[in-house]
Formats: sequence, structure tokens, C-alpha cells
Amino acid sequence: MSGVAIRASGLGKSYRIGVAAERHGSLREALAGAGRSAARGLRARRAPAPETVWALRDVSFDVGHGEALGIIGRNGAGKSTLLKVLSRITEPTTGRAEVYGRVGSLLEVGTGFHPELSGRDNVFLNGSILGMDRAYIAGRFDEIVAFSGVEKFIDTPVKRYSSGMYLRLAFAVAAHLEPEILIVDEVLAVGDASFQKKCLGKMQDVTQEGRTVLFVSHDMTAISRLCPRALLLDQGGVLAHGPTRSVIGTYLQSGLGTTATREWADPSRAPGGDVVRLRAVRVRSRAGEVTETLDIRAGGRVELEFDVLEDGHVLVPNYGFHNEEGTLIFIAHDSDPEWRGRPRPRGRYVSTAWIPGDLLAEGQVVVGVAVSTHDPVVLHADEQDAVAFHVVDNLDPQGPRGDYAGHMPGVVRPLLRWTTDCRRAVQAEPFAQEIAAP
Amino acid sequence: MTLNSHVLPMPGAGSPPRGEEAPTLVIEPSPRFPRLGLRELWAYRGLFLFLVWRDIKVRYAQTVLGAGWAILQPALTTVVFSVVFGLLARVPSDGVPYPVFALTALVPWTYFASALTSSSNSLVSSTNLITKVYFPRLVIPLAPVLAGLMDFAVAFGLLLAVMLAYGMVPSLAALAVVPLLLLCMILTAAGVGCWMSALNIQYRDVKHVVPFLLQVWMYASPILYPASLVPERWRMLYALNPMVGVVEGFRAALLQTRAVSWGVIAVSCAMGLVLLLTGALYFRKAERVFADVA
Repeated sequence: MSGVAIRASGLGKSYRIGVAAERHGSLREALAGAGRSAARGLRARRAPAPETVWALRDVSFDVGHGEALGIIGRNGAGKSTLLKVLSRITEPTTGRAEVYGRVGSLLEVGTGFHPELSGRDNVFLNGSILGMDRAYIAGRFDEIVAFSGVEKFIDTPVKRYSSGMYLRLAFAVAAHLEPEILIVDEVLAVGDASFQKKCLGKMQDVTQEGRTVLFVSHDMTAISRLCPRALLLDQGGVLAHGPTRSVIGTYLQSGLGTTATREWADPSRAPGGDVVRLRAVRVRSRAGEVTETLDIRAGGRVELEFDVLEDGHVLVPNYGFHNEEGTLIFIAHDSDPEWRGRPRPRGRYVSTAWIPGDLLAEGQVVVGVAVSTHDPVVLHADEQDAVAFHVVDNLDPQGPRGDYAGHMPGVVRPLLRWTTDCRRAVQAEPFAQEIAAP
Repeated sequence: MTLNSHVLPMPGAGSPPRGEEAPTLVIEPSPRFPRLGLRELWAYRGLFLFLVWRDIKVRYAQTVLGAGWAILQPALTTVVFSVVFGLLARVPSDGVPYPVFALTALVPWTYFASALTSSSNSLVSSTNLITKVYFPRLVIPLAPVLAGLMDFAVAFGLLLAVMLAYGMVPSLAALAVVPLLLLCMILTAAGVGCWMSALNIQYRDVKHVVPFLLQVWMYASPILYPASLVPERWRMLYALNPMVGVVEGFRAALLQTRAVSWGVIAVSCAMGLVLLLTGALYFRKAERVFADVA
């Protein structure tokens, strides 16, 4: 069992900006685009180069047979894109990868689960989508069901399952996928703590069996426990590749590891242009310490440090707050009266937004920052996913959750003012009485 | 190795190579001109059949009438058509009672319309699969085309029952042409389904185009009226619409309104084949962006 399992050389993946817009694209745009390119043929010099973003660039590495490789990097570093390219979900723009052995990918648990079908049917369906054949699933069926612990409901449509049961069944199927090369993306980041522990245990078994595993995670503990070697990606490229301990060391030292601060040491490479350059973004607690976790009831602050390089612009720093599903929670514009509508002289500025307590829901919040002028609209600098923090709920009964200790869904969790209006107990014919009353 | 024997074979996978042998799989930008990838499609036939089975099973989940809908749809349409076009407008029906005349056309047409509709929407409603798992994407628009045959079989049973009720018995010799007509109908639905599903995931306009397309297509096919109304010299051009061959073939074979027109059927089948080939090739070419635009 020696030799190479995966050899990636010069893998690159570019997206055209505007592909995101094509997401809900319409034929009219495509026709207009075709018209434009026709016109472009006539007046070639006015053609604006289509802007491309490289999600992966020149990624090369080898993974040996039986090796477990952890892939780390901050959000947007290209980890998921790399897994998608290696899983053949999307194809690379440049380069190639040679794969020796059969690949199974788990980018999600429960892919293809159909709510109307029973647990039994979904085991077969999901299994075949993951690449198992019918006989194999049938042979392992009892084992899968036992592992999931939902025996009693196996003939019930999964739409009637609790989310926990659903996850357990989905993971049970995934855990029985036994390819030579296994590609796993943070499927462990779901479910409760005991479920995660079970998943982690299973992953450990898999790596100890000598299977080749590629594993993406934000969880450094899990990575260092499961993977002897690691690959650090940043901005689509390989920053480090080697023994996990040293790669994690590089990651933490580079400041990429913490999501609470983002600093640009080299101003020429910082986001911005001739008017504004970003210098740093930091998340602080209410008391002022740099932190990755904010108390749900206390809130905190997000500060943006930037240089103004040209006099005379009215500048408005602004932030966008997203939750972990990518939903935009809200946008905030700097409304500090001191600089409102007033051109700023050159200098270094720090804008701080104070986030009140009892506003955000618990969970991860990713902050994008920008500096713009509103009239006319000019975007001087922007950085999406600049920093991130976790909002932690300490179950304070004085907060919006009251005495309820269960899961509270929702994008925000504001503390509302509640009032109660209590009438006297009404008697037999409330309507007649009400009408009769003067 | 026995451990892994359940995993689907990848193309080009003989015995699993190690070390410096040929790779099992090479991932690189795909060539400019798409290939159909039939071998790989064949390797994934198990998944394909599972998707067909899922479509059939899910179709009437939580409905009261279940597969009764497969009968009701063509039956009710037949009643409406018989009243409006048979009784009121007195559209000629080749000497056959109008209800049988209409139902004979509506059974294949209902299949075609519903197969095409679900095939067109199939990719868009499978984005969760496309962005998470690899398999030949062509199975997605093809599965509903096959799954629709279940409803077709039920409706075909209804047609035979109605014919018997009217005292008409199809000759066995004529029935021999039916499999060919089925093939033509499936090819056409699959071909247009490939085109529409691949366009739909990129341009959601398609979702609005398909119902309109089907409406126009129905009037361009001899559903309400006999093909004999179309002037003789236009027949071959008319047959370029594959549903003309299918519907006229059904009438000729089952109702024996006239001799089976092999020329028309040949043109329709050829057209169906062209649609499927171009559709599959376009789909394969567009496929590389599916995961990015889904």
C-alpha cells in the first residue's frame, strides 16, 4: 500500500464575476450579452475585460495511499472549491489531478434524502447516490439502521423525523461508504455534541483502517487528532503543506487562525485604492478586548481602521452582517454626526460600530466591511468576510428567551417590550354583554 | 480490495492501479467538444433506476386518488374535447367516435407533456444533488421521462378499455408498430427534456416557456383534429414534428382509421433521434457550469 492516491498539479478554478448574477440570470441578459459581444467585435477597444476571481490558483500537492490529509484555511480560502474539484462536482479551469483509486465524497450528509419517502427507501436512495450498489446496501442495511438508532421509525416518511433522527440516519448511511479515497467536508459540524463525538469516532476508525482521507474542517483539534499531515490554503493557493502540527502553527501565527481580527501588514496589498486603504478590522467585546465570542446580552463592537490617502471625500464606512447560512442579517452605515456629510482630510481613522445586546441570534456572524461615498456612489474599499465572531447565549432568563431553554431559531433575537392586558373573567354570554354595555 | 467491490466502477477502471500505473481518474478541464459519456452512463444505471423508482414512488405520495390521476387527466380532457370539438365544433374524426379519436391521441400526448414538464424542471429541483455529489448529470432529465411511462401504461389500459366499450378491437399486427411509436415518443421527450433542463438551470425563463411551448406544440400535432386535414404536400414537413408520427401512428394502429404511414413514422423517429442527440450533446456541454450556476 504505497504510492500516490491523489496528485494535483497546478489546479486552478476561476469564476467570472457576474456568474453569481447569472444565478437568477435571465435569457434577456444572455441575449443582451450576446448583442454586446457582437457589438464588441465591431468596436473591440471598448471591450471591458470580464473580471474573473480565482477561487483556486496553482494548487499542487500529493496525497499518499493510506494518508489522512487535513485541509485548513479561513473562510473563502478555497477549501470547499478544492474538494468540489476533486469530487468532480465542478471542473477545474486549469491544471489537472490524477486520482488512483475510487473516490467517495461526503460534502453533506443526507444528500438526496426525499421527505416523502420512508427511512428505508431513503437509505437505499442515498446509498446509491453516494455510489453504493443495491446488493451492498441490502447487505449492510441492518447494520446501518442499528447504527442510526431509528429502527422503530424506519418505515415512516422522513419528513416526520426530528432533525436529530434525520441526521443520525443520514450519517449512518454515509458512515458505511467505503471507497479507497474518502473526501469529507465538515459534515461533523452539525448535530449536537454527542452526535459530533460519534461522527468523530467513526472518522477516527476510518483513518486508522488505512484509508486515504481528505478532511476539511475548522476544528483544529479534530484535524490534529485525525490527520498526521495538513494543507493550509489561503486566497486559493497553498500556503503550507506538511506535518499537521507545523501547518497549524503557521496558520495560527499568520493571524489567519483567528477570525476576530484581520490586519493588512502591507498597505499596497490591502483592499482599497487611491482614496482609501483598509488597515485592520477587529471584533471587540463591550469592554474592549479583542474576542471571537460575544455575549448575546452584552453585544460588542466592530472596528475598522483605515487610511484616507486623498483629501476632500465624504466617506461612509459600512458593514454587512451575515449569519452562517449566508443570510444577510443587516447592513449598517456609519452615522457618526461628526463626519456625516463632511469631507475627511487625509489621515488614519478608526470607526467603531457598537452592537447592542439582545439583537443578534446565537451562532456565527460574519462581517463584511466597506468604505463608500454615497453621492455619487463610489465604493472605495471593501472586504467581504473580513472578520467573524460567535454570539453565545448564556441562557439568562432576563433575556429574550425567558425561561425557555430549548433551541430558538430565527435570524435575530431582540428583546421586545411586552405588555399584558387582562380583563375580568367573562360570564356566559360575553358577546351579548359587550354589546349591551354602554 | 473485496471491501471496495461495491463501489461503482469508474470509467477506465480495470483493476485498481497503484503507484505509477495509469490513474483511475484524471480531473482536468473538459475538451471543447462534448462527448456523450455513454459508458459512464451505463456504469451508473443502478442510480438511474433508483431515481426513476423515486419519481414514481413520490409522484402520488399523499394524494387521495393516487394513480387514479393517470386515468382522470386524459379521461376528463377527452370529455371536454368531445363536447367542445366533437359535439359543438363538429371537428371530423376520421369516421371514429370522437371520444375514442381524442383519447387515442391524448394518452401519448399526456405522457409527452408531463414527461417534458418534469424533465425540464428536473435539474433545477436537483440542485442539492448537483452541488454535492458527482454522477453523470444526464440521468437527471432522463429519469422523469422513464418514470412517466408508469402513468402512460395505466392510461393505455384505460384506452384499451374504452375501445372495447365502443366495440373496437385492435389487430395484433397493427399493435406491432406500437413499440416503435413508444420509442419515438420517449426519444422526443428525452431530447427536448435535455435541452430544456440544461437551459432552465441557466435561464429560469425556461420555466415560463415550457407551458407555452407545450400549448403551441399541441395545436401543431393532430390531437384535436385528424392529420388528414393537413394538405397532402405538407405532410412530410408536418411529420418533422415527431408527435405527428406518434399520434397518427397510434390512431392508425389502434383505430385502423387508415394504413400505417411508415414514411411519416420514419421522419418522426429520425427527428426524435436528432432531438435526443443534440439535446444530450448540448446538455453535456452546458454541464460544466451547472454546479456553479445552480
